[in-house]
Amino acid sequence: MLRALLLCLAVLVAASAATAQTTLQSILQSQSEAVSSPSRSTVDGVIAALAEAPPERVAPMLEAWRDKFLWVRDADGVFFIARPEGTGLTLTDIDTGARTDVDDRSGYSEIRPNAGVRRVIDSALAQFQLSDPDIARRLAALQSIGRDPSPDQLDPLRASIPDEPDPGVLARKQQLERQLTARYDPDPAARIAAIESLAGDLSVEARAVLNTILATSRSVAAEVPEGTNVARILTPGEDLSVDDAYALLVDAGLAPSPVSAEALKSALIENIADGSVAGAPIHTLDTDAARIAAYSTLAADGTVPPFVSMDDRIAATRAHVFYTSYTEPDPQITAAAQAALAGLQTRLGLSQFADLSLDALSLASIYFLAAIGLAITFGVMGVINMAHGEFIMIGAYTGYVVQLFVPDYTVSLLIALPLAFAVTFGAGVAMERLVIRWLRHRPLETLLATFGISIALQQLAKNIFGTQARPLTSPDWLAGAWVYNDVIGISYIRIAIFILALIFLGLILYVLKRTRLGLEVRAVTQNPGMAASMGINPDRINMLTFGLGSGIAGIAGVAIGLYAQVTSEMGSAYIVQSFMTVVVGGVGNVWGTLAGASLIGIGQKGIEWFNPSNTLAAQTYMILFVILFIQFRPKGIVPLKGRAAGD
Amino acid sequence: MERPFLARNPSVLWFLLGLAMFTIGVTVLSEAAGLGLVSTSFLKTLGKTLCLCLVAIAMDVVWGYCGILSLGHFAFFGIGGYAIGMWLMHARTEGIVLPTLQAAPLPPTPQEITDAIGNQIFGVVGSSEFPALWAFSHSLTLQLLAVVLVPGLLALVFGWLAFRSRVTGVYLSILTQAMTLALSLYFFQNDTGLRGNNGLSGLQNIPGLEHRSQAEVSLWFFWASALALALGYVLFAAVVSGRFGSVIRAIRDNEARVRFLGYHVEHYKLFVFTLTAMVAGIAGALYYPQAGIINPGEIAPIASIYLAVWVAIGGRGRLYGAVIGATLVSLLSSWFTGGSAPDINLGLYVIRWTDWWLVLLGLSFVLVTLFLPKGIGGLFDRLVRKGDAP
Repeated sequence: MLRALLLCLAVLVAASAATAQTTLQSILQSQSEAVSSPSRSTVDGVIAALAEAPPERVAPMLEAWRDKFLWVRDADGVFFIARPEGTGLTLTDIDTGARTDVDDRSGYSEIRPNAGVRRVIDSALAQFQLSDPDIARRLAALQSIGRDPSPDQLDPLRASIPDEPDPGVLARKQQLERQLTARYDPDPAARIAAIESLAGDLSVEARAVLNTILATSRSVAAEVPEGTNVARILTPGEDLSVDDAYALLVDAGLAPSPVSAEALKSALIENIADGSVAGAPIHTLDTDAARIAAYSTLAADGTVPPFVSMDDRIAATRAHVFYTSYTEPDPQITAAAQAALAGLQTRLGLSQFADLSLDALSLASIYFLAAIGLAITFGVMGVINMAHGEFIMIGAYTGYVVQLFVPDYTVSLLIALPLAFAVTFGAGVAMERLVIRWLRHRPLETLLATFGISIALQQLAKNIFGTQARPLTSPDWLAGAWVYNDVIGISYIRIAIFILALIFLGLILYVLKRTRLGLEVRAVTQNPGMAASMGINPDRINMLTFGLGSGIAGIAGVAIGLYAQVTSEMGSAYIVQSFMTVVVGGVGNVWGTLAGASLIGIGQKGIEWFNPSNTLAAQTYMILFVILFIQFRPKGIVPLKGRAAGD
Repeated sequence: MERPFLARNPSVLWFLLGLAMFTIGVTVLSEAAGLGLVSTSFLKTLGKTLCLCLVAIAMDVVWGYCGILSLGHFAFFGIGGYAIGMWLMHARTEGIVLPTLQAAPLPPTPQEITDAIGNQIFGVVGSSEFPALWAFSHSLTLQLLAVVLVPGLLALVFGWLAFRSRVTGVYLSILTQAMTLALSLYFFQNDTGLRGNNGLSGLQNIPGLEHRSQAEVSLWFFWASALALALGYVLFAAVVSGRFGSVIRAIRDNEARVRFLGYHVEHYKLFVFTLTAMVAGIAGALYYPQAGIINPGEIAPIASIYLAVWVAIGGRGRLYGAVIGATLVSLLSSWFTGGSAPDINLGLYVIRWTDWWLVLLGLSFVLVTLFLPKGIGGLFDRLVRKGDAP
């Protein structure tokens, strides 16, 4: 028994002795010559030997070595990681990490590996980082590879793949490995395989890799040199301008540089003598032709370099071949990359189309939300409410004020939505009772009166809240975006607005079609006199209808405020569009408003597709389109039929 | 035998007389004439007000007489301003650039002149090329034609499209508003060649008149505005009187009935719409050299609504009503927003008119619409009618 115990003890001691032997310091000591004066030929041996050492200690040591922070104590040749501290050094023990300060650095020497060695260390280091037990460090290493890929990362990356425990990191490693292989692998077959596998990858990185492989440069020569991987032969005047072509010739030293207009002018000025240049009086030199003629005379005398006329330039460009060539010399690889990119472009186009459709849908739902209240007040009651936009604004400011009192954004949103409805409902009812009721038979004048209310409300909001935009912050769960891939993505707020629009569509349809109030509203709309004789109070119904329309504008205001900024002018940005939505869709019909909003939203995004940088132009053309559309369907997409149509 | 036009319309004579007296009075009091009781800047305000009166009577004819609530006439006004502004800017920039170029040892080539002017004008929007829109900007005659023809043509095309498909009433208003929005968005773009957001500026410097003082030039513009208003008033008084006037008023009151009587309603409406647009263009061309600057904001739909509001406050269906409305509201506006109106101290809160004027204005629209459907001109009528009641 005792014997067995002793044996165990002996084994343990032996094991620990063995471990002690493979400390990093001991390995370095065994290679001390190669470590302290490293060269390209010896450094590989050191790094191979380091595989024995505990990896978590190797990485900092390699970093120190690379960054010239590895020092050696001259007395016993022990290595330290050291940071200069004044005249002294802070030494860190390579194995234990224990720190000691020394005042005098005279007994220590800095190890200075040259650039070639540092590069080797660097790629070795990447390998250690890529297999670092800490997942954050592995991801950081991957990120640095993705940001700045280089050929010597390929081997360490490949080596680290089989031992990768985390599936996410593994996928990323494989992705990067494919990209690096496609760019740098010495074996063309492997590169082509990798390039083909990239064809399914829509990420920006993959496209960048393919585009880098397909990078071209323009050149010019008398003949296309042997072995050039030509992308295209260019015809001057068609594929590139004659000026550009000639500039290439000049750069290649194949033609004399042309005399620029500036140079020509200063040459003439320098040669002014007695009020004339080369016999031509100065006042005649007010055309390009006269200036060139005078310059040519000077050139004929040899005072200035000869003028290169347009004809000369065209002749020079004709005598040479212009082409773009790939930086990548292997045509098979560029062909594969081109095929992959072409396939990618199709998928990219589809994705962009899908993304644009999402955008269009979201824009349509914003227009729908802004216009649905109008569809009721204008569409159903025939009242032009120019203050509708200001109800949207009031809703948004209500949301803002609620946030001032309720710091939790989710709760404040839940309070703001009904409160905004209540506030604008009240405002709408008041406006109907005080103003609109008295103008029932003068619809054009409601436009003016409500416009008056609109500017008064706008200015009032400016006086209360100031002119700067107020934030209406969305709760955290609405921040961020749903991302399908690098192309398709949409923010959660827009999805929420879309859902809100759907809810309102359902709600309004329900109220109008299925409730007593809706029945009465429709009755009053069709024939107020008859409705009144059936016991419906038209005044009350008009008031409620107007309140409903205004209340919905208030809720729309909260929704719009969440993604746009809340200003006193935010309503006026939507008012014309909202009216157009209702008119295009067809008055008096909720489905019509939906159709109108979809047409305008999708149309506007569709036009933006052709000229993405210019939203203003898209809006302009969209309005022109709407004006033309009204020509062909004056009653809108979903016209009212029968007596209610009024004709 | 019909009586002469002026005899049938005594109010025209009264108006012309009043305008003449006003013009002479202001001239005598102006700085240029020596008395200096009317400062140059106020003279400019008065001249601008006359132009606004001109566009307001145009609006009155199209809305008050013909029943088309156009929310686009101020856009035509702005286009007139842009048309003249393009020449003013081009000619003035040429005047600045040419001496520099001519001072150089070599005389400039035509291309160099164009480049230098383009660089000056379009540098702010990061371009130096002359856009196609500016092709005629070197010629005063052509730009003066553009002042009339561009708004006229635009109104003709738009009106033809709208009237032939019988878009009327509220829908027409919304459609004209959409047109105005499209125009202002177009002008707002940097790459349409109208200097985008910056608009055109320095228009008060009239090329060729640099040696004249602003006091003098302002007076000339004041006279020109008064003359234009007088001519416009006579023109529109002629249009709205007689048979033609009866037809357009009938269209306002019942379009379908007029159509059934065999009139080509669309032609009448199109004529009125286009004519008033052209006059609006002229008014704009006189207004903006006095204002000195024009930008796309002036064309925005809200400006056209204001125009309608002036006419409504002054009283529709009577030309002098439009003049009253435009004068009153625009002068009051500049008085209140100019900071010269005294603030009212309520103890707890000081009412600053620069902040509260729009609120007051908005509410007064509501009150006028509710309680004075015929506007201030209507009050005037009531006084006159009392005298010669049947």
